[in-house]
Amino acid sequence: MSDVNMSGRRRIEKDRTRDLGEVRELSGFSFLRYLWRLLTSMRTALILLLLLGLASIPGSIIPQRAQNPFQVQDFFEANPTISPIFDRLYLFDVFGAPWFSAIYVLLFISLIGCVIPRLNEYRKAIFERPTEPPALLENFTGYQRFQGDLEEAASHFKSKRFRVERFDDGYTFEKGYLKESGNLLFHFSLILILVGIAASSLFGMRGEAIVNVGERFINTPVTYDNLTPGRFYSVDSLQPYRIELQEFYAEYDPVTNAAREYELKVRVREDLGLPFTNEVVRVNQPLTFGASRVFLQATGYSVIVTVRDADGAISFQGPVPLLPIDPNLTSTGAIKVPDMEPSVGFVASFLPTAARDEIRGGFSSYPEPLDPRLLLGVWQGDLGMDEGKPQSIYRLETDGMERIGLVSLRPGESYDFTVGSITFESFVPWINLQVIHDPGKSYALAGGLLSLLGALGMLFVHRRRIWIRSTSEGIEIAGLCNTNEELVEREIKEAMKGVAKDG
Amino acid sequence: MDSRSLAYLSNNLVYSSLAVFAIVFLLHAVETAFAVKSGEGRNLDRQRTEKIARNATGLMVLADLLLLAGLVARGLSASRFPLANMYEFSITGAFMFVTAYLIALRKHDLRWLGLVISLAALLTLGTAITLLYVESAPLVPALKSPWLLIHVLAAIISGGIFLLANSIAGAYLILEKIERGKGRGPWASRLPSLDSLDQLTYRLIALVFPIWTFSIIAGAIWAEAAWGRYWGWDPKETWAFITWVAYAAYLHARVTAGWKGKKAAWLCLIAGSTFLFNYVYVNIWGTGKHTYSGL
Repeated sequence: MSDVNMSGRRRIEKDRTRDLGEVRELSGFSFLRYLWRLLTSMRTALILLLLLGLASIPGSIIPQRAQNPFQVQDFFEANPTISPIFDRLYLFDVFGAPWFSAIYVLLFISLIGCVIPRLNEYRKAIFERPTEPPALLENFTGYQRFQGDLEEAASHFKSKRFRVERFDDGYTFEKGYLKESGNLLFHFSLILILVGIAASSLFGMRGEAIVNVGERFINTPVTYDNLTPGRFYSVDSLQPYRIELQEFYAEYDPVTNAAREYELKVRVREDLGLPFTNEVVRVNQPLTFGASRVFLQATGYSVIVTVRDADGAISFQGPVPLLPIDPNLTSTGAIKVPDMEPSVGFVASFLPTAARDEIRGGFSSYPEPLDPRLLLGVWQGDLGMDEGKPQSIYRLETDGMERIGLVSLRPGESYDFTVGSITFESFVPWINLQVIHDPGKSYALAGGLLSLLGALGMLFVHRRRIWIRSTSEGIEIAGLCNTNEELVEREIKEAMKGVAKDG
Repeated sequence: MDSRSLAYLSNNLVYSSLAVFAIVFLLHAVETAFAVKSGEGRNLDRQRTEKIARNATGLMVLADLLLLAGLVARGLSASRFPLANMYEFSITGAFMFVTAYLIALRKHDLRWLGLVISLAALLTLGTAITLLYVESAPLVPALKSPWLLIHVLAAIISGGIFLLANSIAGAYLILEKIERGKGRGPWASRLPSLDSLDQLTYRLIALVFPIWTFSIIAGAIWAEAAWGRYWGWDPKETWAFITWVAYAAYLHARVTAGWKGKKAAWLCLIAGSTFLFNYVYVNIWGTGKHTYSGL
């Protein structure tokens, strides 16, 4: 802080020396005023704008945690020396970095500082009457002198919705106030977009849940696999809706294996006591509950298995979700049965359409279940679940365990291992629902659309003045437009049609 | 016709268009060479060069129409708009670029730019056919949305106009250098004044800026519907933003800081290169959600 202060001071003193020929001690207030002026100058705004563009470049070239955490991990492994330095410079979190925020916060302060005085000037300009024509019209755009009637020439502009002011010897016409309106609207809507983005991240929430088709999703914190609330979002305010996943349809291209269509049929109830309605969810067609939306994000398979102990009593039964590892939905995961003595675990791979080659072993060659197979590695020993260490439900920690069997099952088939048996009953697709609560998006959208409207006014409307005056040598006409001289020339020519008689 | 034969028809139409563009390029090359050469000694036979250039423009309209027919056939073969992969972006983009030039030609004296335009169209179509070609295929679920047409079309129209503005800014810089050096030779004297090139570049950027803004907004609305967030700093989004910022800076620099001529032309070219980078780098080597190049 003091650094900035010092260097800032030195600069003012230099400027002052140049301007006043003496070095003067500045009070805190005038220093602040100097900083404000520096920050809100057009030049600074322009530099900050370009800087913002430059600053976002590393975020698109270096992998980002927010977009792709696994790539960041890979980057760390591939570049062990440079990565910690990058990390300290926030190069893996560019868009949340203090230096990035600094630039856009400064830019928006600068923007506000530019726009507010202009708003004031604009207000004045609207209420002010157009001023008298300048002394020498010859120096202005489209100057012409002709013999004719002043009123006749003026009537053209009167009918074209120009602002008219009558003076003793002539008229001043003004038009194009919408340019500045557009300009101000454009800049204010940028501020509105920023407010929307801030509201989204502070008051928003996002969460994900894997739900088997046939089961239901109830919007409470415990049903989520992960839930990231914004700083001011309270999980108590989750809306109490309920979604029952009834049917899922997936279609794939038989040549490229790429997905063509996903369609999920659901029964939805917004609140207790309200009736259920039937809805269809697609990739581009989420469910909407106020500012919350539920998206169909991914799909995979859960396998339904029954594990029995040596006596035939059921130790475990139910669907176990497996995670797809390739586009053909080869899916892997773990089945853990801590209740058996000793504990048993299975490393599971589900192949919707089983295929085999020498390099990959078993894999799936098509995402639809044409020839489903469950590959199991059976392990016995300590699952490591009692130590309180967090474990992934998709991974079996095989340290301290011993493999006692390896098998491939079709639906309906069973396998007996030394201390029990496992039956592959069937399988069911699961859906990864992504729930996003985003109260800021409507502000951002309004800001975006208004900025567009503003840009149109700002770029395509031109503020211009046209003067007509009668002199002893005839009638003079000329205009002024800083942004489009041709327009004024054209308008004068148009007005002259039929008016000018051999000027 | 079934979809396969429509796809073949589309390919043949695009090839034919490429061939006609090659002829257009040759005609413009002859015209320019002739103009440069005759400038050295004798007076420029303007009638002859004009005639060649006019024929070239006529053929360029034909090439553009062939390209349009190719696009329509491609779209019909897959029962969707031809905007789903980089091959299709490129040929649609070339069509927009040439169309923007032909429209601008009606109002402005830009025939001399035909050499650059036909070369750019040739290069775009050439890379599309040789490097970016993918079979005509239906859409993946994420692209099944009316926003595909709105967002991508706005982006491609912007691309075409950006490229045209950059061609003119580039021509400005070359002519400016010539003027500073030996002065314009007889062949260059038929080209418009630096000032009018500068103005035209500005007008094109002012025209395209709202379209580009619209394209980003449409993309954000679509992203919200498909991915659950309207903005996520995906590489493509980031570069679209950089391009937007760069052109906003260009407009700002002109209007408030009074930048004109050379400085403005360079800024325009820098901004244009961010667009190109986004198109080439992010589509092919990028890792974000926008990797629909199909490569």
